Amino acid sequence: METPTRTKTVEERRNVVILFAGDSGDGIQLTGAQFTDTNALFGNDVSTFPNFPAEIRAPIGTMAGVSGYQLHFGSVELFTAGDQCDVLVVMNAAALRANISKLKLGGTVIANSDGFDARNLRLAGYIDQQDPLTDGTLTNYTVHAVDVTKMTRNALEGMTLGMKEKDRCKNMFVLGFVNWMFSRSLANSEKFLEGKFGRKPELLEANKKALLAGYNYGDTSETFTTRFEVKPAPMPKGNYRSITGNQGTALGLIAGAQKAGLDMFYGSYPITPASDILHELAKHKNFGVKTFQAEDEIAAICSAIGASYGGALGVTASSGPGIALKGEAMGLAFMLEIPLVIVNVQRGGPSTGLPTKTEQADLFQAVHGRNGEAPIPVLAASSPTDCFEMAFEAVRIAVEHMTPVILLTDGYIANGAEPWRFPEAKDLKPITPPFAKPKVAGDMEKFLPYLRDENGVRPWAIPGMAGLQHRIGGIEKEDGTGNISYEPLNHEKMVRLRADKVRKVVEGVPPLDLSNGVDSGDLLILGWGSTYGAIKTAVNEMCAEGHCVGHLHLRYLFPFRKELGEIISRYKRVLIPEMNSGQMRQLIRAEFLVDARGLNKIQGMPFTAAEIKVAATEFLKQ
Amino acid sequence: MTTATEVLNGSIPPAKLDYASDQEVRWCPGCGDYSILKQVETILKEQGKPKEEIVFISGIGCSSRFPYYLDTYGMHSIHGRAPAIVSGLRAVRPQLSVWMITGDGDSLSIGGNHLIHLLRRNVDVNVLLFNNEIYGLTKGQYSPTSPEGAVTKSTPMGSVDHPFNPLALCKGADATFIARAMDRDPKQLREVLVKADAHRGTSLIEIYQNCNVFNDGAFEVFTEKATKPFHTLFVEHGKPLVFANGTKGIKLDGMTPVIVDLAAGEASLEDLWIHDERDSFKASILVRLFDDQGHEGAMPRPFGVFYITERSTVESRINAQVEQSKQKRGVGDLDALLRGERTWTIG
Repeated sequence: METPTRTKTVEERRNVVILFAGDSGDGIQLTGAQFTDTNALFGNDVSTFPNFPAEIRAPIGTMAGVSGYQLHFGSVELFTAGDQCDVLVVMNAAALRANISKLKLGGTVIANSDGFDARNLRLAGYIDQQDPLTDGTLTNYTVHAVDVTKMTRNALEGMTLGMKEKDRCKNMFVLGFVNWMFSRSLANSEKFLEGKFGRKPELLEANKKALLAGYNYGDTSETFTTRFEVKPAPMPKGNYRSITGNQGTALGLIAGAQKAGLDMFYGSYPITPASDILHELAKHKNFGVKTFQAEDEIAAICSAIGASYGGALGVTASSGPGIALKGEAMGLAFMLEIPLVIVNVQRGGPSTGLPTKTEQADLFQAVHGRNGEAPIPVLAASSPTDCFEMAFEAVRIAVEHMTPVILLTDGYIANGAEPWRFPEAKDLKPITPPFAKPKVAGDMEKFLPYLRDENGVRPWAIPGMAGLQHRIGGIEKEDGTGNISYEPLNHEKMVRLRADKVRKVVEGVPPLDLSNGVDSGDLLILGWGSTYGAIKTAVNEMCAEGHCVGHLHLRYLFPFRKELGEIISRYKRVLIPEMNSGQMRQLIRAEFLVDARGLNKIQGMPFTAAEIKVAATEFLKQ
Repeated sequence: MTTATEVLNGSIPPAKLDYASDQEVRWCPGCGDYSILKQVETILKEQGKPKEEIVFISGIGCSSRFPYYLDTYGMHSIHGRAPAIVSGLRAVRPQLSVWMITGDGDSLSIGGNHLIHLLRRNVDVNVLLFNNEIYGLTKGQYSPTSPEGAVTKSTPMGSVDHPFNPLALCKGADATFIARAMDRDPKQLREVLVKADAHRGTSLIEIYQNCNVFNDGAFEVFTEKATKPFHTLFVEHGKPLVFANGTKGIKLDGMTPVIVDLAAGEASLEDLWIHDERDSFKASILVRLFDDQGHEGAMPRPFGVFYITERSTVESRINAQVEQSKQKRGVGDLDALLRGERTWTIG
């Protein structure tokens, strides 16, 4: 379809942060994801932050029901979804009230005026008929009130759809409009709609009409004199796609299983924000992926243990509350010494906490959360694309070292998207399972299931291999034979052997490397997980201002690489920003006896780069 | 690179079939578990199945030590979770012969949730539920099958809990094979084991097992010569329900089972309830024959195979979807997966 254009001023921008907000039933997430896709395909760097309530359809029009999708796109490399937005698109009064503080002074508000009627204003908590669109409180911003509802209905006039269905196309009107505003073609969104509504021609037509109407409105309305343009970013050469963290995790797991020559079994129980991994994996059964929606979290991990015992790659994922339930079974997998990957997409805790919000407060749970001495390697992904890398790594370590591995991601990167320069299968590391040597005829030697190789790894004998029958279990076992043993010295020996094995895992991973900044000096900002982008941005800015700051980002959290202490010692100060009360700080202090300072944010929201920069700059003055 | 499948194909069968492991059996002397182990070993030997294709998975409890005593593959797992471990194992290895060893505490208390889901999914496994109506390994607390009022270490004034009727629970969860046996009747136990093993799907056998240390004689009335004929009812497919050495029978009065005195001529064999192990409704009544044997006129306790039906197993459905997906979309191409649906090139 051809999209009409008229001559209007076009302003170029390096980067733009746009925040879409509305009721959780307004299709905000879809609108945001679509616009992200369009910009990514165009060649911008993108980073997103979807932020939604735990309720599926919270009371319409209320602050509690506001769903948001923040997109940062630019012609430069980006590391975060942006601290504050340039453009705020709101579908109702509550969305405005909940998000106006995130809009830069001088920023633009695009408001659906239909969402500012008396009822909506009251629900949003504006009292005495106060209307922010007209009462002058928004004078610091450019405000465009657009009656999206009415214009969408007009565009669909004559169609036989019900009013409710017509109103559901409002988000496409908005999408069409922002496509115009940022000089993007509608082709990508149209293609998306064709895929989504291919079998429902009437809905397809309605959505396309609304999309075009939004675009044309921008083009023809005299209110809008300026469009913006964000040129492609100078990204490293290669082939790209857009990916969310949960997709990255799912793909990393499949790729790992494929490289190891194993079928993958995924046992899981639905939980926010991890369920999308299950949804993604369930689409890829042709890779030998078997997904199992278990009766509970315990069954989810235990079924994965059963699968690993049977010679497949067992994987389970959950979020904090579910991980808590899996604790005992993790201990079993640790004792059995079989491969198992456990993904924790962290959310705000404790208990049910903040299901749809992000946090990093399950680090202690990952490192210490089992009875007895059960050290398990803990990895953390730092961005949506890093979820792929670290999920693949988790598989490699689990299989090659015959151990459960915990991978920590969180709600921010799990749902956030960014461009991914995807690898080719041939460039991924091969993974070699330590299968037991099959018995040959005449070999009468007794098979020892716990005989270890130089890395402390035991052989993987799978049921069905003749002559290698053996019994394993959670009870302490005799070194070598695996038979039950309560012998005091044997227990101590086994505890040490198992810990040694896990310690050796990190000897085989790449040496620590600074993310950015200087490699010695006044301040080291040490991070892990999804704080990566905010720290990197802050450190880049501080270095540009002449500060001697370095940024080290840990992806292998437990055990620590031994050079970490030496790196820390090269700086006068250490700052550890975390979305918890200082869990990594405690681990670092305990291990390296260093007076690390914490920067702790426990609001269910990611750090902004500015927050880190302010704290770091303040620290440097001390 | 060697794959799991290649490893398995490369393995060779062993020369002799001796199913006992080299481990010393450590149950209390006189424990009913010995008999069950012996009967299982016997039927495995008779069937001559390759040892490496047999897997025993257990939970926690006295019975769950079972896998250590057989020279097959085995896992002694954690309390109550054996059904979940079995489910994952079967999903990836549908050719193995899998046995699950559990007890009344393991499968009906801490693992109750997993058991009912195992049954509804119909995972192909032989479940041997050792019921001794007591917690043995923790030294004598009441279990979910202990009768009301049971005086145990944790219930000095008597248990206040109503017990489960395990087979009624299993029937309610749509089990496809339900049977009851006892440690003291090895022949009948072996017959039931063979039938259970032949069934494709979850075969659940409740085995009354005497704990001679903490709950001695719990099933005496069913096992002792003098009382056994009057309190047990051995059901056989196609045969009338007869007990008390042929002097008594059970007929169905509508939906209600009634004891009739054959010797006194109250009814003839033709009038009796004919056992049909394929009849789901009758099986639902049969599992309800669960009277306290101390009561006057109590129905005898049935033993044997109550119910068998065919239903596809979950692992066959899981694997069929994988095959279907491969046929429809081709065997997964990793590069295509990594590429996804929409890409762009820079450079």
